[in-house]
Amino acid sequence: MSLFKIAWRSIQQRGLASALTGFSMALGVALVVAVLVIHHVVQDAFQRNAGLGYDMIVGAKGGKLQLVLNTVYHLSTPVENIPYSYLKEFTTGAYKDYVGKVVPYCLGDNYEGYRVVATTPEIFENEFYTEDEKYTFAQGRNFKQDKFFEGVVGALAARRLGLKVGDTFRPAHGVMNDGLGHKHDAFTVVGILAPTGTPNDRALFINMEGFYLLENHAKPVPGEPEPTAKAEAKHEDHDHDHNDEHDHHEPLPENKREVTALLVRAKNTTASMFLPNKINEANIAQAVSPIREIRGLFDVIVEPIQWLLLGLTVLIVIVSGIGILVSIYNSMSERRREIGVMRALGARRSTVMSIIMLESVLLSLGGGVVGWLMGRGLIATLSPVIVAQTGVSIGFAPLMSSELFLIPGLICLSALVGYLPAMTAYRTDVARALASSP
Amino acid sequence: MLSLKGLKKSFAEPGGGRLPVLDVPEFHLGEAEQAVLLGRSGCGKSTLLHIIAGISTPNAGSVEIDGVNIVKLDEAERDRVRAEKIGYIFQTFNLLTGFTALENVMLGMTFARGKRDEKRAKELLDRVGLAHRLKHKPSTLSVGEQQRVAVARALANRPRLLLADEPTASVDPKHQQQVIDLIRSTCREEGVAIFLVTHAPEVASQFDRVEHLEQFNRVAALA
Repeated sequence: MSLFKIAWRSIQQRGLASALTGFSMALGVALVVAVLVIHHVVQDAFQRNAGLGYDMIVGAKGGKLQLVLNTVYHLSTPVENIPYSYLKEFTTGAYKDYVGKVVPYCLGDNYEGYRVVATTPEIFENEFYTEDEKYTFAQGRNFKQDKFFEGVVGALAARRLGLKVGDTFRPAHGVMNDGLGHKHDAFTVVGILAPTGTPNDRALFINMEGFYLLENHAKPVPGEPEPTAKAEAKHEDHDHDHNDEHDHHEPLPENKREVTALLVRAKNTTASMFLPNKINEANIAQAVSPIREIRGLFDVIVEPIQWLLLGLTVLIVIVSGIGILVSIYNSMSERRREIGVMRALGARRSTVMSIIMLESVLLSLGGGVVGWLMGRGLIATLSPVIVAQTGVSIGFAPLMSSELFLIPGLICLSALVGYLPAMTAYRTDVARALASSP
Repeated sequence: MLSLKGLKKSFAEPGGGRLPVLDVPEFHLGEAEQAVLLGRSGCGKSTLLHIIAGISTPNAGSVEIDGVNIVKLDEAERDRVRAEKIGYIFQTFNLLTGFTALENVMLGMTFARGKRDEKRAKELLDRVGLAHRLKHKPSTLSVGEQQRVAVARALANRPRLLLADEPTASVDPKHQQQVIDLIRSTCREEGVAIFLVTHAPEVASQFDRVEHLEQFNRVAALA
């Protein structure tokens, strides 16, 4: 019979106390694992998705982080708009030579609580959202520039909303689904994006030209007729679900257009450093590095909170370890005779000490393994909630190096907490122990 | 097999003096010999067995087992001698309650280097009539059965010497004879020497060699 078995039998003998101390250790480890994994995965996912392949976000002056959050992560409220003419600076104007690609975003609508992004088809055309992952369509195709009322839907939004190719949806004004927003005309779903694990999975993308023609989306221009009147008059003449083959709409004049943000990819590294300065100096808009903003958010707010949480959970594990110490130590007086018998049968002092230490290790590691499984289970349970709230997909997080430190960490902790009762066993006077009442 | 010479043991008293417990001038036990030490309770019988087993050390004298004076050995070496050469039967059996009968027998093997022979443990339990109770824990065994497990455990490591401390004291009179018969016959079969201490003359009378504590231990004689 091995020493492990002897230690295990002792644990079994104190079944309830062992189960409770092991469970408290499991809870502590589960929390540590949850904090570690969520910290790692969310940080990784946020920072990996931060740019979506773009160097900078250009938008109205104001909160930089807010601009990144509502443009890349579809969180927070959109910032003010910038003139459409400013987009021309990037396509044909002063910044043209520095720009590799620019994609405009018009924000401010939702469909059933999911953000609607009005943009151009270029956003998905031969576009990589990470270094080596390209946007693809699980169903259908990209929307076309000349089909004003076409749209594509992110994988998660399509699944949650039950949308498929051929369906229509009517965006509502506002970014929240509060039921108060005016419902616009319908857009036809022509494509469903394959899952990307980015916040774009939970957004709907519509043709910007159609967006401009929706009620109250044209910028009022002094001295000109109400912008939507003409468009709406034309609009009334045809099928509102836009099921007809051809669009008969006139595009909104450029002086009545605005954009919320521009996703800009610089032509080269030099341009990526030079362009933000040029934009910021011009005082019309601001250029923000999404990666820098997200890193800043993590450095200043998220990281300290994560460390605090990690510290608290490690304290819980230490308290659980002390629980194991108390449990084993309290059992020592009733096990004195048992230790005496083992010694009388030839067990060395070091052997009985090892048995007690093994009990501590088994309780700690057993609780640790259960806790690891619980932590991973907790993450799997929380994963859909995190995706729904942030668009950041946790998925199956691979084993992290910090999790591997749990094993030696728990062994060290169990050795520390097992030491005191083990020394009590070591010092047991065999003759007195045998003479004590059974 | 066992040889005691000039063995003395005393305990410190609260007042600073020492209370003598043992003074054994000389004692020899041959190979497979069976001897009993008869004396009243509280006269140092258990202390003597602890010293022979290497659990306690004497203040003076020697304890030779197979020609090795264990008093000169360090504690770890005495532990090994105890594990490999000595079997011990306690008055209250001292079976570990969380372990089955088989595990209790194998427990002694765990502490003797390289000896974990489940077959031997099962054979011993079969020999003491408990082949059908291998998986039973002590709480589900009768007093007699518990003592039989204790006998099997004491013999598990094929010891050269069996020390038995009042092995019938906790057994009802009806089963006392069975326990003594079991110990004697099993030790005879295994070629194991017995040194049994008891306060019961009816137990002592069954042995060919009976030592009376008053002659054996000078301290007891003075008392």
